[in-house]
Amino acid sequence: MIRDITLGQFYPVDSVLHRMDPRTKLFGTLIFIISLFMANTVASYVVATLFLLLAVRLSKVPPKFMLKGLKAIFFLFLISVSFNLFLTDGELIWQFGFLKITREGVWRACFMGLRLIYLVVGSSVLTLTTTPNHLTDGLEKSMGFLKLLRVPVHEISMMMSIALRFIPILIEETDKIMKAQTARGADFESGNLIQKAKSMVPILVPLFISAFRRATDLAMAMEARCYRGGEGRTKMKPLHYERRDYIAYGVYALYLLLVFLLVKGIVIG
Amino acid sequence: MAAIIKATDLNYVYSEGTAFEQHALRQVNFEIPEGQFVGLIGHTGSGKSTLIQHLNGLIRATSGTLEFEGENIYQSGYDMKKLRSKVGLVFQYPEHQLFEIDVFSDVCFGPKNMGWSKEEIEANAKQALTMVGLDESFYDLSPFELSGGQKRRVAIAGVLAMKPHVLILDEPTAGLDPKGRDEILDEVAELHRKYHMTIVLVSHSMEDVAKYVDRLLVMNHGEKVFDGTPREVFRHYKELEAIGLAAPQVTYLVHGLREAGMPIDEDITTIEEAKQAILGAFSRQSGGKMRWTK
Repeated sequence: MIRDITLGQFYPVDSVLHRMDPRTKLFGTLIFIISLFMANTVASYVVATLFLLLAVRLSKVPPKFMLKGLKAIFFLFLISVSFNLFLTDGELIWQFGFLKITREGVWRACFMGLRLIYLVVGSSVLTLTTTPNHLTDGLEKSMGFLKLLRVPVHEISMMMSIALRFIPILIEETDKIMKAQTARGADFESGNLIQKAKSMVPILVPLFISAFRRATDLAMAMEARCYRGGEGRTKMKPLHYERRDYIAYGVYALYLLLVFLLVKGIVIG
Repeated sequence: MAAIIKATDLNYVYSEGTAFEQHALRQVNFEIPEGQFVGLIGHTGSGKSTLIQHLNGLIRATSGTLEFEGENIYQSGYDMKKLRSKVGLVFQYPEHQLFEIDVFSDVCFGPKNMGWSKEEIEANAKQALTMVGLDESFYDLSPFELSGGQKRRVAIAGVLAMKPHVLILDEPTAGLDPKGRDEILDEVAELHRKYHMTIVLVSHSMEDVAKYVDRLLVMNHGEKVFDGTPREVFRHYKELEAIGLAAPQVTYLVHGLREAGMPIDEDITTIEEAKQAILGAFSRQSGGKMRWTK
């Protein structure tokens, strides 16, 4: 049941995207997100769609898996689409009370909906093809310049990698506790909102306790191995770019340029 | 004795159709008669935990049927909640599921979910706590003030309070010291002896179960590989070793002695039996002198 949460979950297959340097993928995701916020014409969305499809294809992760992450944003999706649909001023198509649908509204709702879906799928491509460790490695390295501003980059990335590392563990733990309480006759589905909230107590209390226990254990284990932050720390496997990464950066540049041109209407769109 | 649980051709596949796909159970068949004490043994990942979660309907088999007290639990309209009260499942590290402010209310959680009357709930909770050897002085303590072994007993009581016909325990001794381990196992054995409960004890340690159970089911890679009395199963100690399970130490000793020519029974499974047999063999041979010649 709860295993269906795919956000932040690595999907172990061997593909070009899996082998790519995490910095390349991070940067690619960033570019994709920027391009989504720039895009406002049909043509630019077509290009973004193609770019995303290419990434999904290259990742060799079953598309079904990517779409699973959408469940989590269902309500956000619903709300933002309906707000755009009903509350945009412009050429009137249909009206009921204060609700009105306009031509502009329809377009904006479509774009907004697509944007949300693409954001989720795009970032799923990143997390599905990159192990959490790799991801934070990449982040740490790309954010290295912030060290000059006395930002504790290493510590932040360590915290992130621990947080990411613990998502699947806590999910599994929740699953286990839910099962244990179900075995004792607990019911999480039926009842009204208050009853449902109350039925969460037998899950949340043990979950919190176990999270604290795990945190203490981890802190102890790190201390036992003399962890003392990032200063002077070297890597066993330093990141380095390969040919495929340079190719990827080339593709990004072309993609961004294309979207930019389509948005500005320089190329017919 | 009628079969209380009957599994026919059970199959279970995890995350079908993804890279995580895993065949956790393959064509598992067995019957458990009422009142039997069964040991379910297997290496980590052999499918034993998956199997027991089928028995109270937490996991639905991908294919196959499961009958409880003669009824197919997969038929539509089957009351799963009732099944869960009748097949009590104690998970691994059950103390991690405790959440109430005191021991007594935690034990009441299960019966409360069954929708019983207040008197009934309290009577059952009291009885369950007595069954696991916790007296009234524990009732008002926070579960978090207890020792590991005590917590575990509270958790087991929480399941017993639902009056299950079958009690399934997943590695009830994991993480306990030898004393705590023996206490828990003795208590479980007592539940079987005194209340004639059908018990399924899951373990990866032969040593633990050998001296208690009537029957052993051995799982490997999702398949049932052996099924019989501990004696019958331990006869295959070489095959057991091949799947990463060791027969009890005493089995090796007995086989070693037999190879060296000592005429003792090969079906010895406990230390006590071995002692008797070895002493018996000596006394027959040389009038009690501790010497053995071929």
